[in-house]
Parts: sequence; C-alpha cells; structure tokens
Amino acid sequence: MPRITVDVDGTTYTDEVQPRTLLVQYLREQLGKVGTVVGCDTSNCGACTVHMDGQSVKSCSVLAVQADGHEVTTVEALSQEGRLHPLQRAFHDNHALQCGFCTPGMIMQALDLLAENPEPDDEQIREGLEGNLCRCTGYQNIVRAVRDASEQMRPGAGPAMERSGETPAPRASAERADTRVTGGQ
Amino acid sequence: MTATPVSPSEPELGRARKRKEDARLVTGRTRWTDNMAPPGTVHLAVLRSPVAHAGISSIDTSEARRMSGVHAVVTGADIAQRQGSLPCAWPVTEDMKAPDAPAMAVESVNFAGEAVAMVAARSAAEARDALDAIDVDYEDLDVVLDIESAARDDSPLVHEELGTNRNATWTFDSVEAGTGGDVERTLRDAEVRVDRTFRQQRLIPAFMEPRSVLVDPTGEQYTVWSATQVPHILRTMIAMTLGTPEHKVRVIAPDVGGGFGGKLQVTPEEVLTFLMAEQLGRPVKWTESRSETMISGHHGRDQVQRLSLAARSDGTVTGLKVDLLADMGAYLRLVSPGVPILGALMFNSIYKFDAYRFTCTNVFTNKTPTDAYRGAGRPEATFAIERMMDELAAELDMDPMEVRRKNWIGHEEFPFDTIAGLTYDSGNYEAATDRALEMFGYQQLRDEQVQRRQRGDTVQLGIGISTFTEMCGLAPSRVLGSLSYGAGGWEHSQVRVLPTGKVEVVTGTSPHGQSHVTAWSQIVSDRLGVPFEDIEVLHGDTQSSPRGLDTYGSRSLAVGGIAAVQASDKVVDKAGKIAAHMLECAEQDLEFTEGRFAVRGTDKGVGITDVALAAFTAHDLPEGVEPNLDAEASYDPENFSFPHGTHLCAVEVDTETGGVRIRSYVCVDDVGSVVNPLIVEGQVHGGLAQGIAQALYEEAVYDDDGTLTTATFADYLVPSAMDLPEFRTDRTETEATSNPLGVKGVGEAGTIASTPAVVNAVVDAIRHYGVTDVRMPCSPQRVWRALSEARSSSATAESGGGLGPSDSDGGLTTGGDR
Ligand code: FES
Ligand code: FES
Repeated sequence: MPRITVDVDGTTYTDEVQPRTLLVQYLREQLGKVGTVVGCDTSNCGACTVHMDGQSVKSCSVLAVQADGHEVTTVEALSQEGRLHPLQRAFHDNHALQCGFCTPGMIMQALDLLAENPEPDDEQIREGLEGNLCRCTGYQNIVRAVRDASEQMRPGAGPAMERSGETPAPRASAERADTRVTGGQ
Repeated sequence: MTATPVSPSEPELGRARKRKEDARLVTGRTRWTDNMAPPGTVHLAVLRSPVAHAGISSIDTSEARRMSGVHAVVTGADIAQRQGSLPCAWPVTEDMKAPDAPAMAVESVNFAGEAVAMVAARSAAEARDALDAIDVDYEDLDVVLDIESAARDDSPLVHEELGTNRNATWTFDSVEAGTGGDVERTLRDAEVRVDRTFRQQRLIPAFMEPRSVLVDPTGEQYTVWSATQVPHILRTMIAMTLGTPEHKVRVIAPDVGGGFGGKLQVTPEEVLTFLMAEQLGRPVKWTESRSETMISGHHGRDQVQRLSLAARSDGTVTGLKVDLLADMGAYLRLVSPGVPILGALMFNSIYKFDAYRFTCTNVFTNKTPTDAYRGAGRPEATFAIERMMDELAAELDMDPMEVRRKNWIGHEEFPFDTIAGLTYDSGNYEAATDRALEMFGYQQLRDEQVQRRQRGDTVQLGIGISTFTEMCGLAPSRVLGSLSYGAGGWEHSQVRVLPTGKVEVVTGTSPHGQSHVTAWSQIVSDRLGVPFEDIEVLHGDTQSSPRGLDTYGSRSLAVGGIAAVQASDKVVDKAGKIAAHMLECAEQDLEFTEGRFAVRGTDKGVGITDVALAAFTAHDLPEGVEPNLDAEASYDPENFSFPHGTHLCAVEVDTETGGVRIRSYVCVDDVGSVVNPLIVEGQVHGGLAQGIAQALYEEAVYDDDGTLTTATFADYLVPSAMDLPEFRTDRTETEATSNPLGVKGVGEAGTIASTPAVVNAVVDAIRHYGVTDVRMPCSPQRVWRALSEARSSSATAESGGGLGPSDSDGGLTTGGDR
C-alpha cells in the first residue's frame, strides 16, 4: 500500500493508504477528522470541502495519495484557543446554519472565496458557493454571513485572521485546476 | 433582520437569540451517526435490485462469502422468518389493502432499489466489493409505473396477491359530515364552473446528511444510533416488528443533518442493520451513498389532482370537488396512506364555501415508496386550491387578489368551523395580505406587466399570489384516532432543576436543524426565571428522554414546547410549596417573578435555585413534598394550530427560451407568537427554497423500465445559491388561542405557500398567449412547450380550422418530460 505524508491542520501524519482511498475517507476514517462530511458521491454537494495548500477542494474528489506532501486544512483548524474564526462567528451571528451538515464545507468554500475576492457582492458570493448545497437555509443567511465576514476580515477591521485564514499566495490557474474540483449542476 | 441586543431583564420569548447549537456545528465537533464506530464495528452494504419488478429465482452468494474481510452475507430468504414486515401506522380505511413489506425482498422485488442481499465486512469498501460478487437471477414481471393506468381494473398488478393496485379509497363529504351541502348539486347549479387537473410531481426529500444507522448489541440493551427524526417511534416499531423487547432497545438520534419528513420512517436498513448486529453479536454500521438515498429512501408528493370548483359570477365560490390519485409506490411505509388524507382537511384552505367532497384513491406502482415530505399533504392541497383561485379569476376576468378577498374568512369570524370539519382558532388574513401587498409593490408590478404585454416584450412579467393556511401541531390524539392513525399526538417534557441551580429540560421531540436547544432554553428561562445560559436541553435519546412522539408536521414547538411550559409550571408550583415552608408563610402570600419567590409586601424572599438546593438536601421539606425539584408533563393539544400567510412572487419569463427568473419574492407569515425571530426567519427561508424547488427545479423521473434517472445531485436539481432569489419576509402575529404560548408552528409554511405562488406567477406571465397551466417543475422546456402549443392552437383557431385553446385535457396544456 502506498505510504503518504500529509500535514493536516498543523500535524504531520505518515500513513499507509489504499490507492483508492479518497482524501475525505482518509481524514474521517484514518485520522478521525470527522468534522468534514460526505453528502454525495458525485462531487456536487460540497459538504466535504477542505483546503489543500490554501485552496478549496472537494475532498471526495481527491485521492489520499494525491495529498501526499501537501498541506490540508479542515474546518477543525479554524477556531483557535476557543476563538471562532470570523467566518465561523459570522455564520453563528447570521443564523446561517440549521442542521449544520453543509456548514463545514460552506465555511471552507467561503474562506477560499474571500481569499480570492475579499469584497464580493452578493451575486459573487452566490456564484462562489454554487458548488455547495444546503437544504435547510435557502442560502440567504449564508450569503449574509459571508458578506458580514468579508467586512470583519478586511485589513484593519479588527482581530487579525488566524493561521488557516491567511490569504494564500495566488497560484497559476493551470496548477489550480489540478486540485480544485468544481461541482455545480 | 439584525439580532436585537439582549438585556437580562427582558423576556426571552421574542428575542433573536443566537443559537446554542452553533458552536459545535461551525467547528466540526459534531456527532453524526456516521462519525461513530465503537471498537469492533463492521460495515454493512446492501445489494439493491436493478429492476423494478421481478421474481427472484436464485441468489448465489458463495463467492462473496469467501472474499477478504467478509463476516456475513445474508439474503432475504435467510431472514424471511425473522424480519417481519415494515410497519405502516396509518390504516386509513378498514378494508385497506396492504402488502407484506419485508425489509429485504424474499421472493420478488417490486421497485428498483429494493434490498435483496447484504454484506457485513471489515470495511465499507470491502463490503461494497463483495456486493459485486453476488449473483441474482431475476425473472422479469410487468412493470406498472403510471399512476392513472395502475388504477385501472385491467392494469398488471404490483402485488398479485392483493388482486388490485388500489390500496384504499378515502372520502369526505360535507353532507355526510354535516358541515355543508351537496357538491354535485352545487356544481350543476353553478354560474361558473372551473375544472382542472394538476400533477404533483414526485420529489425527493434530499436532506444533506445521508441516512446512517449503527447498532451495538454488546451492552445490556441494543443501542441503535440512527439519523432519524423519530427515535421514540423507531424504538417501539423495532420492538413490534422484530419482537425484541422494547426495554432492550435504546435509540439515539445524535446530530441529524436534516429530515424534511425523509427521516420520518422505520427504514428497511434500520431493521437490516439490527438483524446483522444481532446475528454477529458486534456493532454494525450502515451508511448510504447519495444514490442509495435517492433510489431507496422514500419520496414525496406524486399525486394526480382533479378538481371542480363552483362559483357565482361575482366570484363567490360555492363548492369544491376533489378527486385524487396518490402514488404509494411499491409498499406502504410508516404513514404513506395518510399523507393525502392530511391534505383532505386543507383543500378549503382559508376560504368559506357551501359544499365539499374529497375522494382519494391510493395506488401501488413499481416505484420507490412515497411518504411524508415537508408539509405532507398540505402543500399539495394548497397548490391545488391556489391554482384554482387564479383560474377562477381568469375565467371571470377579475383580479386574483380580489377573488381571494371575496372568499376568505374575515378576521372577525374566528373561531371558524370549516367545511372540512376543523375549527380554525384565530387568523387575520387581511393584515398579512395588506402588509405583503405593500412590501411587494403590487400595483406597480401590474402596471409594468401591462406595458410589457402591450409592447410585446420577449420577457413577460408574471405575478403569483398564494394566500394560505395549514394545520400544524400534530395533533390532538382524539383527531388522530378518528383518522385511524396508530399513535397519539401528545408530547412529553421533564424539567429538572439541579442542586446547583442549573436546569435540564428533557423533550420528547427530536430536532434535525430546528434549534430546539435554543428555543426550549428560552421558553423555560422565562418560566423559571433562570438565565438562558443555565439551561441544557436533552433530546433524541430514548434513555435520557424516555417518552415522546418526535419531530414532524411542525409539532415540536406547538406541542412539545407546551409540554415544557407545563412541566416548568409544575416545577414552580412545587418550588412555591418549599419556598413557603422556607419563608414560614402561606403559599398564597408568595409571588414568583424573575426566579424569586417573595413574600408579598415584604423584602423577604428566596430564589428558585436556593429552593432547588433545599429540595435536594431534603433536610426540611414540607409534609408530603418529595425531594428534588423536578416535574414532568405529557401534553395533548386541544386543537391543531393554523399558521397562515400571504406570499407574492414576481417572475420574468423569457418567451423565446422558456427560462423563468424569480424577480422578487415577498411573504408575510403569521405563525402566532414568536419564540425566536431568527429561527422563524431561517425556517421560512429554507421552506421557501424547497417550495420554489418544486415549482421550478425538482422532479424524480423514472424511465419506462422503472429506473430512477434522477438518482444523483447531478440530475436531481436541488437549487444552489445561484438559483434562488433574495427573499423579503415579514410577519404579523395573531396568537393561537389553543395553547398558552400562542404559538402556531413554522417549519412547513414556506414550502406550502411558495409552490403555488411561483407557478401562478409563471402562468400569469404567459396566460395572454392562451396558456392555462404549466406542469411542475416549470423547466424552460415545459414553459417553452406550453407557449408554443398555446400559440399554435390559437393560430389554428384564428384560421378557423380547429378548436380554440381547450382545457378538455383537464388543463394539462403541457406534458412530457423536461
Ligand atoms: S461529498 Fe458531495 S461534493 Fe464531496
Ligand atoms: S444547514 Fe442543513 S444542509 Fe445546510
């Protein structure tokens, strides 16, 4: 079985995985990182969204072996020392979740969206979240939350972002296409 | 809406409290069933029939049994004696025909997706691999898919042994019920008569968390974790179905990721996982893939509705006749036959008229079973009557809002006995409507509509109205009894003030996103005068919350919330006795405010938390008072509650492409008193999304062989953020008079009201081309075809060569698939 070394939420893991193991399975079943969830088998729902090297990916569409040598961030790394990340807080403040099943994926996708475009308008937020399905909220409060967070997260708008929220360096778009899986319908 | 700041002395009820639930959920510290795996857990995978109707001639499992990691392979024949029949708790008529419904097929399969074998293995992947090695021989039988042909006498049969595809016929007649006149005579004498047929397409609940169940047989009891809305019902039904003593079963619904009726079920897989755990003596877990949810979890809606409405030429409705065919799919599930019957009580909606008859025939087909889906029966009814009101308005060339005003129950007429036999306790349709019209800018939009029509714009504007009511708070047990439902409608709560003054509230309702922890904390905080933060709410575990009837039909707050009120009031009563004893005064001399018992007219007093400590130490309690400060209550409501509202939708229809865009959506809902406006607004938004999805996007489609062709999120169009508009919502508050909080329920309002608002808008946009209906979902193709058919038939009519636009097909001016 292939052996991989992955940095997940700041800890380095070396593990044997089956070639067919998906990144989300590796996270959930081998590392116990159950904050990231699976909602579909066709990469349409976005529930499994995590970051790989700072960019959002649908972890049901990435093989664990592809994560070898990369840095993976899940929702579990966002809050630190009991302080919620501005996006997490904004979801709470704006009642942007009900059952909460889509929430980790939404937050991770929104984080990527804001890294790319720190001042999105509502239309751009809706577009940016198109690959993430929520069945409970009708999205309106999610859009509000992301807008709210974008205001909180702008430079000079209060507490600095924490580690995983740092704006990743822009990457070439070709490189990006490798790791980013856009679902959509 | 922005959250209002919270100050400690304000009442909790009505406050926009942010949720207690969120901290765990936004940080990923969750307890979904699929997260759990006690040591030794093996994984279950289920082999499903690829065909819709066939005899099973043989199943070869020998190769699968030999595969790596496989613990057991079990077929339906292996458990034929043990598995029992999945329960249907709603025998709607005495002569209802119900087939045996095994969790796993034994001799025949009756829908594509039905379980035929299962494998338990070390890992889920190994279990799935082994499924591929199982060989099943099927002998094809005739497939019955179309509901109308299935209902005919000469149709092939889904269940040969029943001798018919008709499950039950249920009727309500206002003459027999003594609530009104003879509908046939009313229709005969009518100055205007409108006949239409509508289709409620099949929908998939599509909760985001796939179903999952884990059964651990290694303790004193079987512990069942399940992503279910109904842990209490599930426990009883496992006991009744499998004969396992009820006290040996504990069911836990941990975090549950949405339900919408789709998890109101005793699923085949819950039974199968239980049987596998029993056989292996170790924990067994089953988690479905999304495609499994789609093909084998129950579906909703799927009705053909034929309606005839009688009216006078001034727009006064005089009678309504409803004939339904409801598709049960291949088997009856927990409440399948009762879903259309819930609608029977609601077709009259907010209107008064003199004669009503409802007939529903439930029909079996070789498709996935149907059962409750958000609103269950009421969205279907509301859709039909609201479409009919628009059709009547068109017939009479009246404004559709005026037609509604003419017929609805005036706010001074409550309480009002309806023709369907219910008593609406309160409502104010005028207030909600006036507010909605004002927010919407009704007249400006009508003016723009005229202009667009006049200049022949390729993009036409349509305005859709839906004024609605629903019945929430299922239900007074005696009513459920009169409808032959197999259980009651009460709810249970326990309130325990702990020695340190913190409070535990136990509720028998079981949330999956509805924010019970926050709402119940608010309710009990006011009642006991203890801080919101000091309250914990326990739910969803038959051990910690031993009695309850769970969460569906917007019953949690209006029934379960009231049980919490009653239990709290009992606690205060008991605390008052102890306080009087502590303060050496008569109980009548005490007043209780903000958590403190004070002797009237003095500054002597004691807080409820001190009373709790005294009740715990029990050193000096008054005669006859038991130690500990707690109480429980079982509450059976005296009536349903009746939220209502007015929803207005403006759409733009591109007449060249058939594309529909929602331009604005406004709704004013009256859900009675509000515990937490944030939660109410969130529920309305989510409901709107689901109702709009029925109008525009979603449909479960089968091909001619009975294969579900919309079995993934790529094909089944759950709307994304891009597909939905910004909603403008507001409320009026007319308190329910039937419960002490004045609450009505909100979970289904948005779904019930929005579907007809959107479809009425779509039809309104293109009615002047001769279109009188568009089948749901109103996809671009359906809209485009409706337009081109209407145009070509009016062209034929103009040339004098044929009939004009006709409703002889019952209003189905479009058909076919998208
Ligand atoms: S689980 Fe649905 S996109 Fe990954
Ligand atoms: S909050 Fe339930 S799916 Fe989004």
